Amino acid sequence: MTLPTVDSLINNMSSDLQNLLDQRAINQPAMVGIHTGGAWVAKALHQQLALDQALGLLDITFYRDDFTQKGLHPSVKTSDLPFATDGQHIILVDDAISSGRTIRAALNELFDYGRPASVILVTLIDVLGRDLPIQPDIIGEQLDLAPQQRVKLNGPDNMHLTITHVN
Amino acid sequence: MKFTPSSPNLQSIKITGGRVIDPQSQRDEIADIYIVDGFIQHIISKHSEPNNENSADTVNIHTDITINAENKLVIPGAVDLCARLREPGQEYKGTIHSETQAAAAGGVTHLCCPPDTNPVIDSPAVAALIQERAHQSGYAHVLPIGAITRGLEGSQLSEMHALQEAGCIGVAQLRNAIKDNRVLLRCLEYAATFNLTVFFQSVDLSLQGDGIVHESFTSTRLGLPGIPRSAETVALARDLLLVEQTGVTAHFGQLSCARSIEQIAAAQQRGLPVTADVAVHQLLFNDETIDGFNSQYHVNPPFRSEIDRKALIDAIKSGVVTAITSDHQPHEIAAKSAPFSATEAGISGIETFLPMSFGLVRDGILSEQEWVACIATTPANIIKIDAGKIAESAMANLSIFDPSAQWQLTSSTLRSEGKNSPLLGKTMNGRTCATIHNGRLVFQLS
Amino acid sequence: MSLTIPPHKLQLNEHGQLKHFLTTENLSTEILTEILDTAESFSSVGQQAVKKVPLLRGKTVVNLFFEASTRTRTTFELAAKRLSADVLNINISASATSKGESLMDMLWNLEAMDSDMFIVRHQDSGAPHFIASQVCPHVAIINAGDGRHAHPTQAMLDMYTIRKHKGDFRNLKVAIIGDITHSRVARSQVHALNGLQVGEVRVIGPKTLIPHDMEHLGAKVFYNMEQGLKDVDVVIMLRLQKERMNSALLPSEHEFYRLYGLTTEKLAFAKPDAIVMHPGPINRGVEIETAVADGPQSVILKQVNYGISVRMAVLSMAMSGQSTEITTSESINGEHGA
Repeated sequence: MTLPTVDSLINNMSSDLQNLLDQRAINQPAMVGIHTGGAWVAKALHQQLALDQALGLLDITFYRDDFTQKGLHPSVKTSDLPFATDGQHIILVDDAISSGRTIRAALNELFDYGRPASVILVTLIDVLGRDLPIQPDIIGEQLDLAPQQRVKLNGPDNMHLTITHVN
Repeated sequence: MKFTPSSPNLQSIKITGGRVIDPQSQRDEIADIYIVDGFIQHIISKHSEPNNENSADTVNIHTDITINAENKLVIPGAVDLCARLREPGQEYKGTIHSETQAAAAGGVTHLCCPPDTNPVIDSPAVAALIQERAHQSGYAHVLPIGAITRGLEGSQLSEMHALQEAGCIGVAQLRNAIKDNRVLLRCLEYAATFNLTVFFQSVDLSLQGDGIVHESFTSTRLGLPGIPRSAETVALARDLLLVEQTGVTAHFGQLSCARSIEQIAAAQQRGLPVTADVAVHQLLFNDETIDGFNSQYHVNPPFRSEIDRKALIDAIKSGVVTAITSDHQPHEIAAKSAPFSATEAGISGIETFLPMSFGLVRDGILSEQEWVACIATTPANIIKIDAGKIAESAMANLSIFDPSAQWQLTSSTLRSEGKNSPLLGKTMNGRTCATIHNGRLVFQLS
Repeated sequence: MSLTIPPHKLQLNEHGQLKHFLTTENLSTEILTEILDTAESFSSVGQQAVKKVPLLRGKTVVNLFFEASTRTRTTFELAAKRLSADVLNINISASATSKGESLMDMLWNLEAMDSDMFIVRHQDSGAPHFIASQVCPHVAIINAGDGRHAHPTQAMLDMYTIRKHKGDFRNLKVAIIGDITHSRVARSQVHALNGLQVGEVRVIGPKTLIPHDMEHLGAKVFYNMEQGLKDVDVVIMLRLQKERMNSALLPSEHEFYRLYGLTTEKLAFAKPDAIVMHPGPINRGVEIETAVADGPQSVILKQVNYGISVRMAVLSMAMSGQSTEITTSESINGEHGA
């Protein structure tokens, strides 16, 4: 499978996102990236769109639904939302969506900070296999992977995608 | 084995091929022993001339029981100077029946019972009761030690003469040390009047304070209040000076510190007739064993440093300390199931007494003769009883010990009601195979 | 046999992660740092409109206090609640459970109610270890202070405070002053500081209040404040209990204050930017001068705030360590399990 370059995807996403914002008449959106890969993608989009609000970061570790099975992730980062979320239009960015569970956790955490006006979901990759009724508004590319295949975003410099296999 | 300990009928027993060790006669040889009517009738050496009149062929005695003791030691029954039976008063920890049965399983035929029963052994009635119950059970001789003060309260003299008449082999205050030195002086003078041996367990309670383990790096780490060595040595110095002043016969039990040994040695060099013992577990463990808050190592006096432990072993080797005790203290499970400082001190040790002390022989510190002297012959001399020996026409109190047996100590192998031993689950080297008390087989390993 | 396993080994699972938190002794630099890092990440929870994360949702945490302490209990309760756990507070007088049996009965009852975690404070050294090793091995046990043995969460919040203000531990000199003998906090601090490879740990006090063989534990002993405070970066004062006067350990509060009380003059012996800490509650005029306690070098009030995130970190790490499986998936659509 030939994988697209991340730069081209981000260029497309950035113009799609700008169109969506125009269409919904959102002027001052705030962008939040999900740690780790989502934050890299968010940073690139944030630059391209030249947003005024500082970029936010979410670590959803404390909101995972598999804590009892998998325990605490060893490298937890601080969530940092440098703006008031109440009444704010928010663009939530992750590197990939598959089951939808990460986004569920991120939305829960976001709402614990306040009540946003709206949330737009942007993901670089959309891998099929949703467990939850959550769909991104903007995607870079849709991939149809075999069950043993995983897509991985490498970064933060020279972001590129690779496919790995699990047993 | 179908044995009723209280059965009056005496058995005749033949013990064949064992290595008989008797420090008193310096005997150390392979011999057959014939026991008839409670007494040792013949000891026939395997090395004697075949046509000697005492040779096995000429002795034609019918015996009910024959015990093969090949590759085993035949030794005098151990004489334990300190073993708690818990009766009367604390039967949930142990009874005279259960604990003397345990003694038999441990090769102990004579034991001294300290006076901290409830009621305290401060009256002839209690002393008599204990001996009577022990006699009924029939597993071992129980020799009570009377309280030196009434109720062990440290203020009024007990009726020591009456206690002596009732069979007490000495008097003691145990670790409820007498605070008033003048009272102690009077006690010693009064005991000296009747030539009663005073058993000391020297401790200064104010220096002990709320201490629970040896004061050391370990106590600092674990945050357990420490007992300094001075709690023993200061009291021992006082006790020795008053013993010297009164001329009383004194025995110092369960010493734990190197400095205590020096004091005893100095007193002996001055010509004081003082004797001393150590508890067998003090020879095995040091203060580091309590790491992990293991309450099975909670004892009093506490396990001290490695230096102290080595000094105690040296004292036995050099003869400053001439006796080893089991310091048997059975407890119910709950007494040890609590945070360390809320647990009770002591080890159920009478059944591991011989294998634990035999370690000194295995390590080349003592000869077999010296070992037997420490656990049987000398203790018998200290309490002035006719025991601790294997000789023709003596009462048959002896045990058969297999020095090479390996076995695992578990709560089900312990006959004692007290399952409190730090050795549970550990492999033991050496085991009592049979015990004969007053000519009767009171224990035999099945 | 489980009862011979010392606390520092018993508290780790087979992967070397915390499953109880009993002591800071012999914990690796990595685990100590992980606690501090995790606490750091929890610090943002206090800024959320909803000051809660759902990490321990559905878990039952029991505050089991055999020794009264409103302050410590409150911070543990708040920490557990911010992790969305259900919290039960039980205060037991020591006399009610003086016998081992009744203590065990009570614990088994609580365990039978499907409790997931006990936060234990007890007057006897080793009590939490006893519970973890012999009573309820499948409940996560957090030591909230046992006898004179350990108070590991207090020590970790002190480490957190030091790192916040001083950064790297390796070049720091830290002095702990006062009643070391009776202090579980001091012991846990000494272990934690050494685990974090601090430059030098000192204890200062009269001989009556310094326990046996303190050097061996990893602290230099000083009997004099001027010498002990020289070049120190962190000054930790301990609380002096009034009853020490009655047991002939000290002549008077006045003499103690004159010799070891932290006054502006004595603080001048330390480095000019030294911070002053105290586990609280403070006896003003007994161990510390008001001007110092409330002064610019004091970080005493901040310690209280840090306490909640540090306890959240410890509670979630221990609960996590109770489940044996570990996350290995690093791939991004390992959100399969997110």
